[in-house]
Amino acid sequence: MSKRLSVKTKTILTILFVILMALLITVADKKASDYVVLILNLIAINIIFAVSLNLINGMTGIFSLGHAGFIAIGAYTSVLLTLPIEQKEITYLIKPLISPFNRIELPFLPAILIAGLVSAGFGYLVAAPSLRLIGDYLAIATLGLGETIRVIANNAWSITNGALGLKGIPSYTNLYWSWGWALITVVAIASLVSSSYGRALKAIREDPIAAKAMGINVFSHQVMSFVIGSFFAGVGGALWAHLITTIDPKSFAFVRTFEILIMVVLGGLGSITGSIIGAAIYTVGLEFLRVLESPFKIWFINYPGVPGMRMVVLSVLLIVLMLFWQRGIMGRNELSWDSIVSIFAKLKRGGKR
Amino acid sequence: MRLSDFVQHLINAFSLGGIYALIAIGYTMVYGILRLINFAHGDIFTYGIYFAFYGVTLFMFPWWLSFITAIFFTAFLGALIERIAYRPLRNAPRISALITAIGVSFFLQNFATVVFGGRAKSFNPQTGMYPVYFLKILKLGDVRIRLVTLITLSIVAVSLLVLVWIVYKSKVGMAMRAISKDIPTTRLMGVNADRIISYTFMIGSSLAAIGGILWAMTYPQVYPYTGMVPGLKAFISAVVGGIGSIPGAMLGGFILGVSEIMIVALFPSIAGYRDAIAYVILIFVLLVRPTGILGVEVSEKV
Amino acid sequence: MRRFFLVVLMVSAALMFAAEVTEVRIGAGWEMTGPIAGFGQMSWDGVKLAMKLRPTVNIGGKDVPVKVILLDNKGDKAEAANVARRLIDMEKVVAILGPCTSSCALAAGAIAEQKQVPLVTNTATNPLVTQNRRFIFRACFVDTLQGELLAKFAWEEFKSRKVAIFVDVAQDYVVGLANYFKRAFAKFGGKFFEVYYNTGDQDFSAQLTYALAQNPDTIFLPGYYAEIALICKQARELGFTGNFLAGDGADAPELIQIGGKFVEGLCYTTYFHQDADLSPKTKPFVEAYVKEYNRRPDAFGALAFDAYNLVLDAIERAQSLDPVAIRDALAATKDFAGVAGMISFPPDSGDPVKPAVIIEIKGGKPELKTVVRP
Repeated sequence: MSKRLSVKTKTILTILFVILMALLITVADKKASDYVVLILNLIAINIIFAVSLNLINGMTGIFSLGHAGFIAIGAYTSVLLTLPIEQKEITYLIKPLISPFNRIELPFLPAILIAGLVSAGFGYLVAAPSLRLIGDYLAIATLGLGETIRVIANNAWSITNGALGLKGIPSYTNLYWSWGWALITVVAIASLVSSSYGRALKAIREDPIAAKAMGINVFSHQVMSFVIGSFFAGVGGALWAHLITTIDPKSFAFVRTFEILIMVVLGGLGSITGSIIGAAIYTVGLEFLRVLESPFKIWFINYPGVPGMRMVVLSVLLIVLMLFWQRGIMGRNELSWDSIVSIFAKLKRGGKR
Repeated sequence: MRLSDFVQHLINAFSLGGIYALIAIGYTMVYGILRLINFAHGDIFTYGIYFAFYGVTLFMFPWWLSFITAIFFTAFLGALIERIAYRPLRNAPRISALITAIGVSFFLQNFATVVFGGRAKSFNPQTGMYPVYFLKILKLGDVRIRLVTLITLSIVAVSLLVLVWIVYKSKVGMAMRAISKDIPTTRLMGVNADRIISYTFMIGSSLAAIGGILWAMTYPQVYPYTGMVPGLKAFISAVVGGIGSIPGAMLGGFILGVSEIMIVALFPSIAGYRDAIAYVILIFVLLVRPTGILGVEVSEKV
Repeated sequence: MRRFFLVVLMVSAALMFAAEVTEVRIGAGWEMTGPIAGFGQMSWDGVKLAMKLRPTVNIGGKDVPVKVILLDNKGDKAEAANVARRLIDMEKVVAILGPCTSSCALAAGAIAEQKQVPLVTNTATNPLVTQNRRFIFRACFVDTLQGELLAKFAWEEFKSRKVAIFVDVAQDYVVGLANYFKRAFAKFGGKFFEVYYNTGDQDFSAQLTYALAQNPDTIFLPGYYAEIALICKQARELGFTGNFLAGDGADAPELIQIGGKFVEGLCYTTYFHQDADLSPKTKPFVEAYVKEYNRRPDAFGALAFDAYNLVLDAIERAQSLDPVAIRDALAATKDFAGVAGMISFPPDSGDPVKPAVIIEIKGGKPELKTVVRP
């Protein structure tokens, strides 16, 4: 390891980096096509999802498969608060919307915060009983919970408009909202992980029984982690709903949890920077793979577009990734200023250790 | 509700529960040995139906031959999946194996979409799939029983007997039970663990194929996602009954089938929540008895 | 003199414009995979035939090749919106064809309206699809009409007095059509009750046992073909002897393949049948279709064929590739001879007034029963 950077240098570098990102986003917002903006928004929202799931799965070792449920809660809560009243009146065909939602029309910021808090509240309710289970049973139970939330959304006509979903959602989400929240998520979870609290979480991940023996309150730490993860899942859900502007229970099926899981595993379970990279690669890659579904020519071979090909390639990639490269891109390491400097130093020395 | 209606619902429930039970056995056997939730099991079930379908329509086999080859091919597919995707991960963290299993499931679904086409294929005796004889309906007063239901229930009973015999009376079964306790030690005893695990996958997959064909006789279509919902329900059945226990899988399957049909029958207003019933039962059972009804307590090693 | 000058100016402008145009890009977003892949694939077959018969569009006296970019929305609402975004922003299309289903057309239509690109759906029948939207058009009739027709048919032809309605609550189209049917059927004085299910369900024994206990004489199925076939089979197995009635969602070959003898006698409304003389264009289309695909043409393909030609006609009349100009030309469509009937758009509306066809399954084939003209 080469010389360490001082705290001051790191802070300055970080601030510079954030300013640079802000500049880039402003430029993108002004200049880029709507489609590129959509992809950039999706990257930011997927970063929120991946980092929050990584806190639960990668840092704490709770194998949760219910993330989509919390995303759904956040999405529905925020939409019920922001959807214009006249839109609510024409949307609810089967049963009218219950009070008080039918009289509320809030701005975006309180709606997001309330969405996050409601989702966190559900996380708390769910965590307490299900964390009594271990390993696979926990995974099964959380999967069941996530699906139960979806089924309830599918049937609670007077709240969610059931399977018909909600339309005409105001498209509040823009690059500033999504990337702003992505920054908040990363900073919050990174500082949590690097605190003594985070070290306790990692100890629980490695060996819950030993952690207990060391005097760590395993249960309350796990619940805390689950609740914080759920909060950000809810926030991300709110942002997503106001980006796509149409939601229905099918949007929150198990496939969504699975996609986020791929991002996390691709980046490396237990690495926040890994999750960021994983989310970005996955989101962009998924769009690039669309090429497979439209016809094109390679040399003399006419490739007809095959609907569904994209997911075949994606699942093969995932299996290959798991078989040969389980640790993902980053493993459990973080990309920090120190490691970047040391990489550069290595390059300078011509790769000699 | 008239008595005949009640009996009718009960018969519907048992016919559904029997198929859940057949699929659940595969989940349970694999879990008992590898501690792996084979997420792709529901899709193996789908492929069983596809093989039977193509056996008749493409290869022009007579229906019985086609069904038998389909069962064999599906067994082989199960073993192949284990060989390619699960064996290299045998000593990896559990989460990696689980994610891989989910990946395999997605692969099978989308591969079917691309190769077999996304549109539903008909599994109907009118198209010469199998003799019309199987559509027979027996009437007992106002109650109607499909012949397929009776066949399903008898196959479930026979499968259970055969399995119990294999697991508790045969050499292979002894090896299976030994492996489920401790793989390395079993190897030291001179047992070829890999082969036994392959057998396990074969047995589980062939039962899934049988379940699939019976399912398609009842609901005469097959499309790439056919196995998704029954697979998930069967998986829940296995957990409810106590994952790793074969009688438990049976019990779980029937509990799920009966409660699903009966709750919808008694309270038609909540028919939409039908899929949630399974999850509610699952969560309730896990909280009261984490190992399932007939499951065995596994203590954490310190 | 001034008029002559204007004409010269317009022609030269068109010529200058045409010099830059190398191809006309039209988008298509259909349900190519997922539970209702049949609809999307039948529609796409219709468009492929239309492209073969009319590969170019005449702009400024020059024949410009047409390119149709197809994307799959998987039958998912959110994905349908994404597909519309991608077609407009990335593929730079001047108009969009599809989706088939009302739920997807509502989602995609919201995006098309916002970005001011015309969208012509072939078979989305729910009134909300075009309501208060300037850029959304359809090539089919509307569910208000379809619901009334079905109710009238049930009351007069089937002599139905008590109907069990099986509603797929995941689809705007189904919920809407069930509501219009109920409204019209209640006016006749008929009785009805509803049972619910979701797209993709396979076991309806519980709902059916409950429904049959109330002795309906007709089961009305405003859903999609896959579930309709299964419901018919399970209803007959449980001893139901009454009538089956369905809407245009039943119209796919899978209905008969999967339903077999159990869907015999089922009647449903649709937009097109090869034996129905709907317009002078019907016969040549049927011949061309049979030659191309070796099977009977279906309603979804016929209407997709019409939607494609509607857009090309509008482009030729607009003599421009500006989406807004194309929209204006589309809105001004009068007496367009489609293969599934004449199309004229009333002022400020994207809903043509069209005949409906009623089909009965006879001997395992969809046979024409009647043509109803509004």
